[in-house]
Amino acid sequence: MRHALSIEPTPTPIHRAAKQAGAEPTPYLEITDLWKAYGDFVALRDISLSIGKGEFICFLGPSGCGKTTLLRAIAGLDLQTQGTIRQDGRNISTLPASRRDYGIVFQSYALFPNLTIEQNIAFGLENIGRSKAAVAARVAELLETVGLSAHGKKYPAQLSGGQQQRIALARAIAISPGLLLLDEPLSALDAKVRVHLRHEIKALQRKLGVTTIMVTHDQEEALAMADRIVVMNHGVIEQVGSPSEIYRHAKTLFVADFIGETNQFPAEVLSDGEVEIGHSAFCCPTEEFATGQAATAVVRPVDIIPHGADAHAANAVDRPATPQNLVDAQVQEMEFLGMFWRTRLTAPRLGERTLVADFSVNAVRRLRIEAGGVIQVEIPRERLLLYPRSA
Amino acid sequence: MNFALEASHLPLTGKRLRQEASRDDLVKLGFMAVIGLYLIVALAAPLFVMLSKSLSTYRFALAAFEFQVSDETGANWGPVVSAAELNRELGAVADTELSTNSDGRLAATKFFPEFKFRSPVHYRIRGTTDDAAFLVGSTRETGTAWREYDSGTFRRVVLRPASSLGFENFRTYFSTPALAQSIHNSVLMAAISTVVTISIAFALAYGLTRSCMPLRGLFRGILTIPILVPSLLPGIALVYLFGNQGVFKDWLMGYSIYGPIGIVIGSVFFTLPHAFLIILTALSIADARHYEAAASLKASKWRTFTTVTVPGARYGIVSAAFVVFTLVITDFGLPKVIGGQYGMLAVDIYKQVIGQQNFEMGAVVSVILLVPAVLAFVVDRRMQRRQVALLSARAVPYVPKRNARMDTLCFAFACLASLFILGMIAMCQIAAIVKFWPYDLTLTAKNFAFDLMDGGGWAAYGNSIRLALLTALFGSVIVFAGAYMVEKADGFRFGRSIFHFLAMMPMAVPGMVLGLAYIFFFNNPANPLYPIYGTMTILVVCTVTHFYTVAHLTALTALKQMDPEFESVAASLKQPFHRLFFRVTVPVCLPAILNIAIYLFVNAMTTVSAVVFLYATDTKLASVAVLNMDDAGDIAPAAAMGMMIFYTNVAAKLIHALIARGLLARTQAWR
Repeated sequence: MRHALSIEPTPTPIHRAAKQAGAEPTPYLEITDLWKAYGDFVALRDISLSIGKGEFICFLGPSGCGKTTLLRAIAGLDLQTQGTIRQDGRNISTLPASRRDYGIVFQSYALFPNLTIEQNIAFGLENIGRSKAAVAARVAELLETVGLSAHGKKYPAQLSGGQQQRIALARAIAISPGLLLLDEPLSALDAKVRVHLRHEIKALQRKLGVTTIMVTHDQEEALAMADRIVVMNHGVIEQVGSPSEIYRHAKTLFVADFIGETNQFPAEVLSDGEVEIGHSAFCCPTEEFATGQAATAVVRPVDIIPHGADAHAANAVDRPATPQNLVDAQVQEMEFLGMFWRTRLTAPRLGERTLVADFSVNAVRRLRIEAGGVIQVEIPRERLLLYPRSA
Repeated sequence: MNFALEASHLPLTGKRLRQEASRDDLVKLGFMAVIGLYLIVALAAPLFVMLSKSLSTYRFALAAFEFQVSDETGANWGPVVSAAELNRELGAVADTELSTNSDGRLAATKFFPEFKFRSPVHYRIRGTTDDAAFLVGSTRETGTAWREYDSGTFRRVVLRPASSLGFENFRTYFSTPALAQSIHNSVLMAAISTVVTISIAFALAYGLTRSCMPLRGLFRGILTIPILVPSLLPGIALVYLFGNQGVFKDWLMGYSIYGPIGIVIGSVFFTLPHAFLIILTALSIADARHYEAAASLKASKWRTFTTVTVPGARYGIVSAAFVVFTLVITDFGLPKVIGGQYGMLAVDIYKQVIGQQNFEMGAVVSVILLVPAVLAFVVDRRMQRRQVALLSARAVPYVPKRNARMDTLCFAFACLASLFILGMIAMCQIAAIVKFWPYDLTLTAKNFAFDLMDGGGWAAYGNSIRLALLTALFGSVIVFAGAYMVEKADGFRFGRSIFHFLAMMPMAVPGMVLGLAYIFFFNNPANPLYPIYGTMTILVVCTVTHFYTVAHLTALTALKQMDPEFESVAASLKQPFHRLFFRVTVPVCLPAILNIAIYLFVNAMTTVSAVVFLYATDTKLASVAVLNMDDAGDIAPAAAMGMMIFYTNVAAKLIHALIARGLLARTQAWR
């Protein structure tokens, strides 16, 4: 897809550099102290967020976390109870939807069923003083951009879900909006189409350089597409960060639990750098914790390193620097999930709880791990994360 | 979730934000105000006036009038006496006679037994309060100043009653046995008709959905025919079949068709399609998986029927029962024609108002008639709300299997029911075109010479068509625009829910009640809308309002099927809502709009109840003509006019089908 679009692509590398330097000089969209209440129920709680120009942001969270409410507040479809929203320096807090500057794509596509694909895309272009020829040219250009030039005369019902979603996208960007809002745009699609379309959307967004906010409850989608992810829960922002930050350094237990899989153990901080899990001590970073504080220790199944049945003797080379985090465990159950084996382990050192570990097919074969056997596994020190225990 | 407790943390220091209104919002608000105003003027206000009328009592307040009588010279005046004192002495007017209606008049001379016309004695009269009123001839006098009249003029002085609010009218109603009996009669007739109609309708709908009987489409068509005729028509047919000169009179074994028997049979006839269509819909949404589960659990046919079929259609049956009950208890045409001396509430209203000009009592009966109708409506709404959860998107449609015995049985029953319906129509058709049923069966067109009869002639037929067309046109526009505001306008939540409530109300308001309320409200020179009284306009307004609810619900259903985000998309594309409305909403909803139009048309052709109070000499209607010709004994012409309505509605249905097909082919290519 290399077409001359009338939207000037903004040079995305610049803002990225700025972001990595930790400074965002003039945010394109700035939300300050935003609240939304429905009667007694608070749907959004003191939300503040800055979004840079050209960024691709994902609002991620379980259903009911307020992510769609926040998007609709930005769109002017559901006015916030309090708080300010500034877009491109303009205070849009109380403007009606029709006087804001955005294009939106809904989960349902919301394509007009009685209009052809061309008429759908042209809907926002007509009535604003453009000549018919100009509108037609623009529609043709957009159809080509989304790769559906052959389907212009068809009706939405004649297209597949993925094609309809692309038309909805074309309609939204037709008016060259400053902001693109995507409300769970992919969740009504098949898994394969979804993966394919998310690449296309991402590529299109990068090319247009349009600031984009996507709401999703699918962590994989968010991780794959977003420059930054805003993880939300119960109406508050839990964490804002790049996908790898969110994944590797979850700030809260909720984020750790929501993104990816976790093993969680009740733990108590013994001393600096040491916690007690079950009946024994483990090494882990404890910077923000006081000695004796109760915590929840989290380790992801993929971070657990298997050392095999005869680890002590044969695999001496692999022996980690922190021998405390080595655990002898019995393999209770193994589940083949295609790319890896999900293994349920019990270890006396960890107490009653089961430890779930994902081992690569290779490792399982090499180390001859099998149900009923005993193996030694390592919980790497820096991958064992501590969170305050909720009451 | 424990957020309710924490809500107080919301720093409500600043005021809550309010969205700036866009031009669209203002336009929508304006529209909603206009249509809301329509419903208030055409529904709420008249009903309110009627309610207050039913509570208005009129009584001669004798203490409010004082007299003075002169001697023969006319110069020397006697003592001042009040009418109350005089009456106490004379007992001239009994206490019960003091209660009257708004039209009550009491001659002042009643209090002066020695009064002589042409005597030189003069009389003075005054009120003790400012609003005590009396008439001198037709001149109204009020106030506390003495007025003096010679005896010739005093003869023409009549006292007017004072009005007050109270339940006096209701007390009078319930102490009049003939009137109070009507409540019992109406409820009894409605209950019996409901049981019979629902049983038949269920059997028919069951046959059509659960058996493989042939000609299902044809039966469906035949069973809905009664919708196309006024409810008077089955009454006329019954008169011809079982009346005093009826061919099958003997079948009744001495009982008279005029009365309960006729009312029940006629009611079953005209309510059957309503019940049938509702139950048919309820049975059509059956989930085949339930039947498969029952079969795999080896449940007997009967057990399957009682545990799967009936519960699945439960809400439909209840809903249909309420509809039938309300239709029967509020119907006026049928008992008027066939009811004989059997008093029914709706007919009582007519008799009180048209026959006795007792508007207050008409209002009382109206209020009483409102009670069961409103009750049925409220309960039905409650039930409907619970029904939603029953439907599942994954239901597998049920496909009946062949079963020779069952299919034959269902087929036979459907034939029987069709025979009943077609027989009634055929009876009217024959009566309309023969000279004198059943004695002279030569064909004639004389019964169609309406201009020779009372009732309005062919002009009435023309008026009906005009009324039906205007109602269909304006009704569809108003109803659809109103439903759009309720469903698609965001904000104004309060206004929208009031609007929706108003739109649902007509369902619970019987036509007679609405018509009477219109008299009270519009036939009042103080009302700025008084000029529309007695015109075609008020008939159109009344008919649109009378049938508003079903049309509103049809429009709502169609609108609810539209993606709720269309409006958001249009706003994000900075397109005004009317562009979306005309380019997308209306074209997509066109089938529903056409259905609303034909529904209004057919009902405007057949309705009698509301318009019977409102037509004027130049706006007589065909359906009212049927009533009046029947009343005048011209039964054959009445049947002929009824058949004219039937033909018109059939033609309208055909045209509707053609237009629908033509338009849909052009505008619904996407389907």
